[in-house]
Amino acid sequence: MRLTVLASICLAAGGIAVAIPARAQHATAEDIADGQRAFASSCAVCHGPDGNIIPNIDFSRGIYRREYTDAELVGIIQNGIPNTAMPATARMTVAQAERIVAYLRDLPEQDSIAVGDAARGREVFFAKGACDDCHAVAGEGSRQGPDLSRIGLERRGLEIEDSILNPTAVVQPDARTVRVTTNAGDVVTGRLLNQDTFTVQLVDAEEKLRSFDRKELRDFAFVASPMPSYAGKLSAQEIADLVRYLSSLQGS
Amino acid sequence: MYARHRLAIAVAAIAAAAVAVPVAADVTPERLLNAAEEPANWLNYSGTYDNQRYSRLDEITRENVAELELQWIWQASSLEKFEATPLVVDGILYTVQAPNDIVALDAATGRVFWSYHHQNAANARTCCGLVNRGLAIHGETLFMGTIDAHLLAVDAVSGRLLWKTQIADPGEFYSITMSPLVVGDKVMIGTGGGDGGARGIIAAFDVATGEELWRFYTIPGPGEPGNESWSGDSWRRGGAAVWNHAAYDPETNLAFWGTGNPSPVWDGSTRLGDNLYSDSVVALDVDTGRLAWAYQFTPHDEIDYDSTQVPILADVEWEGRTRKGMLWANRNGLIYLLDRQTGEFLNGKPYVAVTWMDGFDEKGRPNQVLFPTAEGAEFKPHVHGASNWAPASYSPRTGLFYVSHWEESASIAVAGEFPRTADDNPRQTGMGAVSQLPFFNDEDEAYGVVRAYDPETLDQVWEFRMADITWAGTLATAGDVVFGGGREGYFFALDAESGELLWKAAVGGQVNAGPMSFEVNGRQHIAVAAGNALFTFALP
Repeated sequence: MRLTVLASICLAAGGIAVAIPARAQHATAEDIADGQRAFASSCAVCHGPDGNIIPNIDFSRGIYRREYTDAELVGIIQNGIPNTAMPATARMTVAQAERIVAYLRDLPEQDSIAVGDAARGREVFFAKGACDDCHAVAGEGSRQGPDLSRIGLERRGLEIEDSILNPTAVVQPDARTVRVTTNAGDVVTGRLLNQDTFTVQLVDAEEKLRSFDRKELRDFAFVASPMPSYAGKLSAQEIADLVRYLSSLQGS
Repeated sequence: MYARHRLAIAVAAIAAAAVAVPVAADVTPERLLNAAEEPANWLNYSGTYDNQRYSRLDEITRENVAELELQWIWQASSLEKFEATPLVVDGILYTVQAPNDIVALDAATGRVFWSYHHQNAANARTCCGLVNRGLAIHGETLFMGTIDAHLLAVDAVSGRLLWKTQIADPGEFYSITMSPLVVGDKVMIGTGGGDGGARGIIAAFDVATGEELWRFYTIPGPGEPGNESWSGDSWRRGGAAVWNHAAYDPETNLAFWGTGNPSPVWDGSTRLGDNLYSDSVVALDVDTGRLAWAYQFTPHDEIDYDSTQVPILADVEWEGRTRKGMLWANRNGLIYLLDRQTGEFLNGKPYVAVTWMDGFDEKGRPNQVLFPTAEGAEFKPHVHGASNWAPASYSPRTGLFYVSHWEESASIAVAGEFPRTADDNPRQTGMGAVSQLPFFNDEDEAYGVVRAYDPETLDQVWEFRMADITWAGTLATAGDVVFGGGREGYFFALDAESGELLWKAAVGGQVNAGPMSFEVNGRQHIAVAAGNALFTFALP
């Protein structure tokens, strides 16, 4: 780790255009664990426990404002970014900051899905799995369920796999299904898009955007996700392929 | 006769000029003492020294509030969270565009007279947003604390800087986000930065020169009583910041300041002891800065239960006699009635779901029954609290205490670490962050309320429940209306006696400030910051 930092400084000083490895090369498991503790106590207050609270930054997926070298990240941790909410942490040593960087670099590596094949996974998505009955990717499929065009940026592979095998265990708040019953007796089920004290917004099974005044509703209830489990319906290889495909989706 | 006639013309001319071109009048110490007597104006952060945030204006009532109409909107050119409550002095409205621009507006039209820009030092930092909660005024001088820990005096007519005093080093994480307190010829303010370890300071300055008159550290130094409540040298970087408005009691000449968490906040192992005077209220003599009394709400805090709520002073019936009370709905989930003259704990109880304590001893020390663990312990309320910094209000007409806060909030407290998000609170946001994301919480998760509490029993009288949580304050008025808002972007009016919703406006941005009221051209206005703008409403 320290060698990487030194190397990058030397290279920068020499003006040689060489790609700096983005990942800490010499961090030990102890370094990473220590970095995790330091991150939790110093960084998570703003960045969140998973490093993904601030828009367009998600350490858990390796997403930064731009590509930084380790040395640059150490500098930011120590000195902050002027005129932003990113503070300086003057009492943090270089070694401490390096261990945080080691932890950040290690984060996206922790659950990479290497065993599947994305092209075969795409076949599963649109054919055997019929995932497109509810989900869309890049405009293909239904808008009833959450759009998956960027799911590779939003969820880790393990989380995607869990959702395929046990979809009701953890439902993201923005994928919750609600059922409303109007005073006239109409029942509408759909994915909740927004709500407040006075109103409810959803997309219904016909892919229509609907907004209701709560005063017009006799009943409002969260209901189980309509997503089926694919455990036993797809083979282990098909699931690995599907996860690989979904993890590759980082599109617009 | 001739002379008298000329004088009459001159007076008429001055009066006409005053109507056509409002000028800032002299806000004397007497006017500040008697601010409640001139409800057309709003002369400090809370309107009055007792922080009741109660307006005696009664043109807007429960009966007609539904007719409120938008008067003007002033759009700030800052995207920082808009937490300031404006001042209004004789037709001029003064507010702060975060982080540190003072703006003078025509209170009738929203047109800008002038603005003053303060450039913060490059090393200025806050833990939780580059915010400012408001100004203070003395004579024709406005005062503002800055993110880089300075106190500024700016001429209220010209917008020119009069003096600037550095209170502490922003490189040491010191910052100021609170509104100053002016009493007599002193202007007082406290320093933030407790999450970075900055040892809290409350200091008084000469309003004319900016010369420092006294300084009080919220953490006692070696040899001072209370220093023994910190192990080793931990007092040096122990936090206990001061970042919200103080109350002042002219009878005792005491000012009351809430203090923040000890530091490092989530690891108490390096700062054994009660950590005085973190998470406390300290009563300081305004002339000397000497401590008269202190009460600690949360000893040895490892969660982040800052006691930086705005203290409300009210005379309260307690056990058959009237007590000089202080009402406090704390971030730690407990609501209090203290005696403001002695600091005596009179009454206290949970006002939301609370898991970390199960009662008080006779002196009001909470009996803590839950502690952070390696696996994580579910602490209620959330690290951001039941209430936080948003100002509450009190109506002497209804005798009720109106608090905007969260219910059923929780954090998982892990020893030595940032608390984890509890499963039932998926959408809490950071202090300085403004989340405009849609809202998906279900019924079992944390939600926002405006509640009325009886000051004697501290029991809930009514509740207005919101779907989302709230960072907004409340305003009570002589028209028996309570104004509030929240993160959903509604500003609303409730019946002060029943809590019934009487009116609402979708202001299209989160309400993250306390509302206030003023009168201009003979009409009562209600103003509140929402999103990145200041909104004003009045009857047609």
